[in-house]
Amino acid sequence: MRRWSDLAALAVLTLGAVAMVLPFVWMLSTSLKPAAEQFDMALIPHSPTVANYPALFDIMPFHLLLWNSFKLSAISVFGQLLTCSMAGFIFAVVRFPLRNALFVLLLATLMVPGQVTVIPQFIIFKWLGLYGTQAPLYLPSFLGGAFGTFLMRQYFLTIPIELAEAARIDGASLSRIFFTIYLPLSKPALAAFAIFAFLFSWNDLFSALIYLPSDLTQTTLTVGLALFQTQYGGQWTLMMAASLISVAPIIVAFFVAQRHFIQGIAMSGFR
Amino acid sequence: MADLAPLGRERAWVLVFLAPTLVGLALGTVGSIFATVAISFTNWDLLTDPTWAGVSNYQGLPGDRLFMKSLWNTLAFSGLYVPLTVVLSLLVAMGLNREIPGISLFRTAYFLPTVSSPTAVGLLWTWIYAEDHGALNEMITALGGDPVSWLGPKVALYSIVIVNVWGAIGGGMIIFLAGLQAIPKDYYEVARIDGATAWQRLRFVTLPALAPSIFFQGVLTTINAFQAFDYIYILTRIGNGNSTMPTLVFSIYRSGFRFFRMGDASAQAVVLTAIIFAMTLVYFRLQRRWA
Repeated sequence: MRRWSDLAALAVLTLGAVAMVLPFVWMLSTSLKPAAEQFDMALIPHSPTVANYPALFDIMPFHLLLWNSFKLSAISVFGQLLTCSMAGFIFAVVRFPLRNALFVLLLATLMVPGQVTVIPQFIIFKWLGLYGTQAPLYLPSFLGGAFGTFLMRQYFLTIPIELAEAARIDGASLSRIFFTIYLPLSKPALAAFAIFAFLFSWNDLFSALIYLPSDLTQTTLTVGLALFQTQYGGQWTLMMAASLISVAPIIVAFFVAQRHFIQGIAMSGFR
Repeated sequence: MADLAPLGRERAWVLVFLAPTLVGLALGTVGSIFATVAISFTNWDLLTDPTWAGVSNYQGLPGDRLFMKSLWNTLAFSGLYVPLTVVLSLLVAMGLNREIPGISLFRTAYFLPTVSSPTAVGLLWTWIYAEDHGALNEMITALGGDPVSWLGPKVALYSIVIVNVWGAIGGGMIIFLAGLQAIPKDYYEVARIDGATAWQRLRFVTLPALAPSIFFQGVLTTINAFQAFDYIYILTRIGNGNSTMPTLVFSIYRSGFRFFRMGDASAQAVVLTAIIFAMTLVYFRLQRRWA
């Protein structure tokens, strides 16, 4: 009897898995169809073509959009890794007055929606003359963050404090202990958090939309796609090719580093 | 907890290491919240100086049809999205928490939408939902039915909930899988020896052990629900900064960054934050009652 219920569960799960993957397969298949076949529902194109991809780059500077998204995500990852692990290290290792109160305050900011802080930030960036530049999309990542700090602190707490104490007796400073002992021992946590931060930045639409709504040489792939949608909506073979070049790098990276991806998401569950 | 007390000049290092976080906390979060509240009492278009508006931005909200519609849509969206996402990702996690060869392929499949850009995948969904020649309508007409306006004002809420749940199941699944794998196998052995049925094992072993994960997933999903934006922007936006299914975040975006009515947008942001805080408080109350 257990076997039958197992089989039924597996059947339902298979159906669900197909529903998860089918849209991506279809995205790929449509992007390989000539425009004349775009309303043909066949999963395999009758006369497959890659012509949609070069056509994209003729219509819009997708190479710039890809580069901008990649560059901004990489800078954001660097900023987040550096500043969050620095703060996480202090919260995990060093005793100082008001430490717990400060940490609780930091965690409480996880509940604060970005919309209630974005308006003054927008005004400040505008006042600084940075509206219409890429700075507002990466500068904030150099100001730490509750999620990353919490994550790195939890990981640092698993490193025996005796290592730091011994290094200190040998005359190592706090910054030396951080850079030569704690960071090298935390590669799994850093990798998982890096992936999380990269995804967050790569997939971000809201900030890019408010700071760089229309400058195709400066803006990100997500805004490019949204603009593409308003201009070429209905040309589905082109649209699917455009979506695919945004999704493909992440999917490839996902298959290469699946373990770290899953850890990154699992860590966001604050266990 | 054993930890180090800073000595002499190490105090300077502590400050250096914490400086980015402290600036972010003071300016980026706490300061910005106060600033938003202050701006909500003004009229400000960023071109001329702000003028004092008192509470008129708040008083105007109930009469603002777009805001009220957004508020209702946000509540309805959350009411559907949160339970569906939590329950479905829990079921998927329980289904996939078994040792069968090839099961990791399943996990990968469910996880794929979670890592993909909602903007890009949203474009695909606009086609699935398209009224003319969209995938769903092609199927319906092939079966002899009438095409549906999936993203029109009447049905958009449900269409949008489906896309968002589709995109969120994988993330929840991973967290529940981690929770399930942390339950000691002995618990199930003991329950089986005592003659517990499958339902009783679920009710008295699995669910209590998962309660903390379910609680956090509930809080996180709720916070996410009130901030949902990407799919809604891509799938429902129509001309002039409007939408067939505006939510609060969409309305804030529209007032603040399309029409630069900063006071109005700030008042809406304050309302959104108040709702999220109230919901979080409710969760913590509920948790105290159960635990």
